[in-house]
Amino acid sequence: MTNQQIAEDVVAKFGENTHSFEEPWGLLTFTTNRQNIISLLEYLKKHETFRFNFLTDLTGIHLPDNQGAEFGVIYHLHSLENNVRIRIKVFLSQDDLHIPTTTTLWPTANWMERETYDFYGILFDGHPKLIRILNIEEMDYFPMRKEYPLEDATREDKIDALFGR
Amino acid sequence: MEDLLIPKNTSDALALNRPIVEDTEFTTLNLGPTHPATHGIFQNILKMDGEKIVSGEQTIGYIHRAFEKIAERRPFYQITTLTDRMNYCSSPINNMGWHMTVEKLLGVTVPKRAQYIRVIMMELARIADHIICNSILGVDTGAYSGFLYVFQEREKIYEIYEEVCGARLTTNMGRIGGMERDLSPTAIAKIKDLIYNSLPKVLAEFEKLFNRNRIFVDRIVNVGPITAERALEYGFTGPNLRAAGVDYDVRVMEPYSSYEDFEFDIPVGHNGDTYDRFMVRNQEMWESIKIIRQALENLPEGPYYANENHYYLPPKHDVYKNMEALIYHFKIVMGEIDAPAGEIYHAVEGGNGELGFYLVSDGGRAPYRLHFRRPSFIYYQAYPEMCKGVSISDAIVIMSSLNVIAGELDA
Repeated sequence: MTNQQIAEDVVAKFGENTHSFEEPWGLLTFTTNRQNIISLLEYLKKHETFRFNFLTDLTGIHLPDNQGAEFGVIYHLHSLENNVRIRIKVFLSQDDLHIPTTTTLWPTANWMERETYDFYGILFDGHPKLIRILNIEEMDYFPMRKEYPLEDATREDKIDALFGR
Repeated sequence: MEDLLIPKNTSDALALNRPIVEDTEFTTLNLGPTHPATHGIFQNILKMDGEKIVSGEQTIGYIHRAFEKIAERRPFYQITTLTDRMNYCSSPINNMGWHMTVEKLLGVTVPKRAQYIRVIMMELARIADHIICNSILGVDTGAYSGFLYVFQEREKIYEIYEEVCGARLTTNMGRIGGMERDLSPTAIAKIKDLIYNSLPKVLAEFEKLFNRNRIFVDRIVNVGPITAERALEYGFTGPNLRAAGVDYDVRVMEPYSSYEDFEFDIPVGHNGDTYDRFMVRNQEMWESIKIIRQALENLPEGPYYANENHYYLPPKHDVYKNMEALIYHFKIVMGEIDAPAGEIYHAVEGGNGELGFYLVSDGGRAPYRLHFRRPSFIYYQAYPEMCKGVSISDAIVIMSSLNVIAGELDA
């Protein structure tokens, strides 16, 4: 089972809805959209040869310069039988941060999605209890977004030219 | 005065204080945040029917330290200290996992000797981690002496850490590109003494004390079982998954740091209860001893760091005499060196399971995004399901055998 076979199978099934196939460090990575993410994950989970039955990781990313697709949700799946990993991405516009929940497929997605919501504000539709998990509930912003710098903005001695990002 | 006295008709008084209802009444019990049995700061709100747990809900995040956010501003070599503080029972594994992630991004090949030293340190860390989990499981069931026996060995492991990197708990061990220094003769002597003399004896004694101890076995057999299917759905990894019967181990599935050179077995449990988790961890300690013996006996000669001027600090005496060394020293310490752009997921077998690093680099001096896949955080979700219908004392034992580390839970 090679990455090529997985990619061809996914394209044959989902066609235009999957794109941007690449293989950074041998890990098959591709992008889909939120309309197809659940059916794609379910297809890969229940596929008779691929069997991506293990959700390793689910997390978010903020790319403020990526117009119209500022937020990403990244799924890492693992097929324990074949020992193959893949990475699936879904990008969302910052005006509409809704994506269906994965908890219907894997209960482990519960806290991962809560964490992603907590830090990026991505709304997982259908999640049983989408509340903050690591931060306090009174918090009114999503701290991992890039508009919140770590350093105190009023300080003038630590400029980016000298101290990086 | 009259109203303070108990009314003559006591049944009326009872009726006033507490309405008697026919249905079962549930009690809410707060287990934590600072309960000695949780071994860390996290809360369980348990709904109890008498002594039985009906349902539970966890509250975590009490020691959230925003590592992922901090990491977005730090040069790569400064992130190692953040990883120390995740699973603080086995910091070297976290450190090495992070170094290997960065080395993968940079395309650095680490010399064999450094890889073997790393394996030795990671397996020592695994032993220390399992010692804590298993001996504290004993303490939670009321057997204190086993804990005291094996903690002496953990102390010896910490002395080895001290000899290798200078620190005990938050080790910051190794560097990107290898180890910060070679194993000293003292360190080798200490490791040899530990794995050939004291540890096997103490471990055998510990097993003799617990494995077939009637009181202990009665207390943990069939407590908190989980099926393999359920464990996989809940994202279990590491000893907890292996106890349920799935032989998934990152060291074998995706060997890193020369794990393919060593011969060792993967202990697997049967029905995923507390006894299986205990036994799997015990057996894993023996396997770790086996790996360390092989690594020490076949420790290759050669350099202990990769020849990578851009990432590995030059020797200090060169910095004072050699212009290039001074430049590299300055650039590395100030975090002036950019890493290539890329996207990486690297996993190592931590004390509790698959410890993953998802790193997105945009070609800058710090990661653009860094996410830690923390095994405790993921499998602790299953806790309410596992302790449904059990008594509070069993719930403590289940939590103890899952080895939930608060630092890893919250990051």
